[in-house]
Amino acid sequence: MPHNVSVCLRFSFFDDIYLSHDRWSTVSAEIVLQTFHLGKRFKQRWAVKDVHLRVHRGEVFGFLGPNGAGKSTTIRMLLSLIRPTSGYVELFNRPLLKHRDVLLSRVGGLVESADFYLYLSARRNLEIVAALRGGVPPRAIDEVLEIAGLTKRADDKVKTYSHGMKQRLGIAQALLGDPEFIILDEPTLGLDPQGIKEVRELIMRLSTERRITVFLSSHLLSEIEQTATSMAIINKGVLVVQGNVRELLNTGDSMVKMDVRPLERAVRVIEHQPFVAGLERNGEFLEVKMPLEKSAELIAMLVAEGIEVHALIPRRSLEEYFLTITEGASDVASPV
Amino acid sequence: MVVVPILINEILKTYLKWRTYIGFIAISVLVPLVQIGLKLEGGSMIQSITRNLEQDFMLIGNLYNGYFVTHLIMNSLWVHVPFLISLVAGDQLAGEATGGTFRLMLIRPASRTRVLIAKYVTTLIYATTLVLFLAILSIGLGVTLFGTGDLIIAGRSFTIIPVDEAFSRLCLAFGLAIWSMWCVASLAFLFSSLVENAIGPIIGTMTVIIVFLIISNIPVDLFTELRPYLFTSYLNVWQEALHVPIEWRTMGESVLKLGGFSVGFYLVTWYIFVKKDILS
Repeated sequence: MPHNVSVCLRFSFFDDIYLSHDRWSTVSAEIVLQTFHLGKRFKQRWAVKDVHLRVHRGEVFGFLGPNGAGKSTTIRMLLSLIRPTSGYVELFNRPLLKHRDVLLSRVGGLVESADFYLYLSARRNLEIVAALRGGVPPRAIDEVLEIAGLTKRADDKVKTYSHGMKQRLGIAQALLGDPEFIILDEPTLGLDPQGIKEVRELIMRLSTERRITVFLSSHLLSEIEQTATSMAIINKGVLVVQGNVRELLNTGDSMVKMDVRPLERAVRVIEHQPFVAGLERNGEFLEVKMPLEKSAELIAMLVAEGIEVHALIPRRSLEEYFLTITEGASDVASPV
Repeated sequence: MVVVPILINEILKTYLKWRTYIGFIAISVLVPLVQIGLKLEGGSMIQSITRNLEQDFMLIGNLYNGYFVTHLIMNSLWVHVPFLISLVAGDQLAGEATGGTFRLMLIRPASRTRVLIAKYVTTLIYATTLVLFLAILSIGLGVTLFGTGDLIIAGRSFTIIPVDEAFSRLCLAFGLAIWSMWCVASLAFLFSSLVENAIGPIIGTMTVIIVFLIISNIPVDLFTELRPYLFTSYLNVWQEALHVPIEWRTMGESVLKLGGFSVGFYLVTWYIFVKKDILS
């Protein structure tokens, strides 16, 4: 009997060390979120299949995919709203479903549109969230209201809020209880340009000033490009690519759209360049597949040949790819 | 983490909602309406009941009193009050799905079991306050309008409860009514876990109660055999408090069975809720 007791104590002791290491370690490679073979099947259809994600501490991780690609289903699994059909989620290197309560106390989240109890004030809504987190320090609610710029309207019913205010309140509630990691599902969806800018700046501030690791989903590449450091693209429930944003976007040839006149002579010049991997005529424009860093050289050459260069619009291959799958997805979405 | 702070918020959420007051408003309209109607109509109703009795017995005192009127109003516990209870109980879980607020609640450290306990207790508190409100209003207004007296109960036989016992007997009856309304609330709560809109649980609960009551009252052998297995057969346990003498054994059995049904409904709800994929 005494033997058993000592074993128990030792386990809990190690557990504590593990926790504190997790929390304070500054090793850059520390993994905050990881999924293994994560999949969800609804009836016969796999909404998400075999997804491996890895998010490190300090990153702003962009999760990109067209509408209906499985972003929200994945996020719901990350936050224990739905149970995976296959695979599992690890937060801070521990399986989510086994240690759900401890792990989620270190995470904040906003899943899909920011919905609240409309008949209650913003403050009351935050108090409800606080209670579900096991309480927060007394100042915490005022603090997150301030971050979201809602201090003046805190005691108004959420019913009276604009879409943008609700969305900001959504981020505020995700920040309650000082999480190390926040998961935001399309936080800028449906906002006007000003609102999008504010939310984007807020996310950047959280990342740089508060050192919060951010997981952010979007269906817009530009959105991810402007905020994220790492990214993954999901399409039809399957992970397409994952890595550093800058590296991913700048690898491979770009598709450069050119408005040049006269067209015929330009074609003759361009097609003989060794770095050109492909050339196509598309109406009044030329589409040239080539490394982006060669574009200045190409322009100089065209100008030297007396060809007018009116415009040159580069699209990187990943962007090109993403636009293709986005269009593909909208084709699928339209009724047959 | 403890349930109490979550419970306090659930109670606030429920009692700050307009829907919660529909029941109270309905009762505060109906009880005075019935009582004032009875007052205006005078004693003709009691006379039709006692006409036969008066041939053999001499009836003394005020039989048309507040207790008698309260007992009449208690018949609303068959269908009317269950409906008012399912309005709120059926909304407890489905309402969160409709509002999308499960996404706010269930991504927190508080486990689903804790959230469910808080919501269930809130539902029971609502059912309790509603029945208490009915009790206080009908006894209070009844005694004010009609005074007190012996409580005469007309059924297959006549029972007369003396005036000094009538009040405590009615209190016991309302206590038992709370217990049986908890069972109704548990059923509506169970239905509430299945769907994403409160209409379904409300209609579902009422359908079950009405169908079961009909089955209970049709004298067919098959239905008679079914009777003990239907929770509605015990919903009238409050009537046991008005028997002379009280059959404690029968009452106890009904109370236990109702409790069993309530616990059963809760456990099924729990099983559904902790496994449920939140897609709303």
